[in-house]
Amino acid sequence: MPSPDLSILIIDENRIRASIIEEGLREAGYARVAVIHDVNEVGRTIALTMPDVIFIDLENPKRDTLEHFFSLSRAIQRPIAMFVDRSDGTMIEKAVEAGVSAYVVDGLKKERVKPILDMAISRFNAFSRLSRELEEARSALEERKIVDQAKGILMKTKGLSEPEAYALLRKTAMNQNRRLIDIAQSLITAANLLGP
Amino acid sequence: MSLPHLTAGFLPLLDSALLVLAHELGIAEEEGFTLGLTRESSWANIRDRTALGHFDIALVLAPMPIAANLGLTPIATPMIAPVMTGLGNNAITVSADLWSKMADAGAPGDLAAGPAGKALAQVIHSTPRKLRLAVVHQTSSHNYELRYWLAASGIDPDRDVEIVVLPPPLLPEALGAGGLDGYCVGEPWNSVGVANFGARIATTKSSIWQWSPDKAVGMRSDWAEQNPDLVAATIRAVYRAGQWCQDSANHRRAAEIMAGPAYLNQPMEIVARALTGQIDGGVQQLSIPDFYVPHAGAANFPWKSHALWYYSQMVRWGEVGFSAANAAKAAATFRPDLYRAALAPLGVAVPAQDLRIDGAQADKHATPAIGGTLELGPNRFFDGQIFDPSAVESYIRSQATS
Repeated sequence: MPSPDLSILIIDENRIRASIIEEGLREAGYARVAVIHDVNEVGRTIALTMPDVIFIDLENPKRDTLEHFFSLSRAIQRPIAMFVDRSDGTMIEKAVEAGVSAYVVDGLKKERVKPILDMAISRFNAFSRLSRELEEARSALEERKIVDQAKGILMKTKGLSEPEAYALLRKTAMNQNRRLIDIAQSLITAANLLGP
Repeated sequence: MSLPHLTAGFLPLLDSALLVLAHELGIAEEEGFTLGLTRESSWANIRDRTALGHFDIALVLAPMPIAANLGLTPIATPMIAPVMTGLGNNAITVSADLWSKMADAGAPGDLAAGPAGKALAQVIHSTPRKLRLAVVHQTSSHNYELRYWLAASGIDPDRDVEIVVLPPPLLPEALGAGGLDGYCVGEPWNSVGVANFGARIATTKSSIWQWSPDKAVGMRSDWAEQNPDLVAATIRAVYRAGQWCQDSANHRRAAEIMAGPAYLNQPMEIVARALTGQIDGGVQQLSIPDFYVPHAGAANFPWKSHALWYYSQMVRWGEVGFSAANAAKAAATFRPDLYRAALAPLGVAVPAQDLRIDGAQADKHATPAIGGTLELGPNRFFDGQIFDPSAVESYIRSQATS
């Protein structure tokens, strides 16, 4: 069962990822979610929002700064323990693999925090997947441009129609057991070498 | 036949040199393993990813594995440190503005800890604003060393100044931007501050405590138990890399390697300063041959007494309570037994004892050794105190916290 009364703070220099996590938590019914992008603002934000759970991305070089801040007991009223439960190795493992670290106010029941951690971890993973897919889409677009250019060369030099040029590229790739994109790239290179 | 592969985490610091050289010079392969080096962005990541087994071994701040065994870290996986990565190699750097006040207060600019500390105390006691000084991690040599220097100079580290934490590569710029008045960090980040941000080196670790420990190669205890041959091979590789790095004929090559984009990504000339001991403090050029000691004087030997000194400072600054059990846990973190066993096949001299007294030797001196003779460096603290590992409790009592 979610505990919508818990206050959550997300520290992430990556604004897109931070908003993806924030959105996920809000959709799950957590209304008290704050986001900052720089650890330097953490003092003020903690005083204002009194977070029960704090997330920080592992790429953030200021994790040490944040932890030291927690250790100064005067800075925050309640002591912050790292992760939910020191004995919960799997949860910690999952979080670190996803690229996130969590700090939880001492004394919070594990059942109350677990759904929040699960949500953050799955959103972190979803973000990595998205970034990977975006990268794949980018390179697919790049490949299409190369194939189009190769088709253009064939159409011009051999007087072929577009479907004929594409068919020739495909046939050559199949005959040589190579990828279409590689044939197209070789053709462009050759045309550049031989061309005017 | 492929060799076993070890993954090692490190931070961009000259102290990573022995791991980097073990890899780059092929020493690891000669010892029967390959080494993959992963540059991390924070000590917290090094700590957590080593505890979780993402890294087999890592360059660690020497007090980090002790803190893990005392239960002060989030993932309290037992850790050991069987080999050290050298002595010294850090310094305390201040902003141009703070330096000019210190110079007015009589700081001579010769990097000696005593006069610089006295001048800083005078500045602090006559400045209404609290100075902000940075260290790299709470349980670090830097934190304890800075606090030691401040306290022995009549400055209360908890009341008279604000101590904050920032990762090493961010320190010079933070100082340049006016966010910090000073910092204590390993090289090359003091020299980078001097070269790029008009900073001045106030004093060096080698002046606060001569030939003193700083970082180690840390690993999980259970991993070490399951892989005794790899632990021994790691110790030998670090030892041999240290031997190579100590030789002044190799300093230039070492600086070239460390300056590379995968490691420090800084100009070779800046990286070379600590290796050669030709330190530009911003006030004057000084030759400090023992600024960084990668190997000489049993620099790679993990003295249990040094683990106890770190523990004494953790107690002193309220991070952990004093008990005989805690002291035993701290001492057991450093593993001279593994060090001796690993080096036996090399036939080199190793210290015969696990503990030593620090602070009493102003010169190089012989130490009882197995397999030959061994000379240690001087080991005085700048305030003349003596650390006797058989009297840790009274040492802590004798040290005021302010």
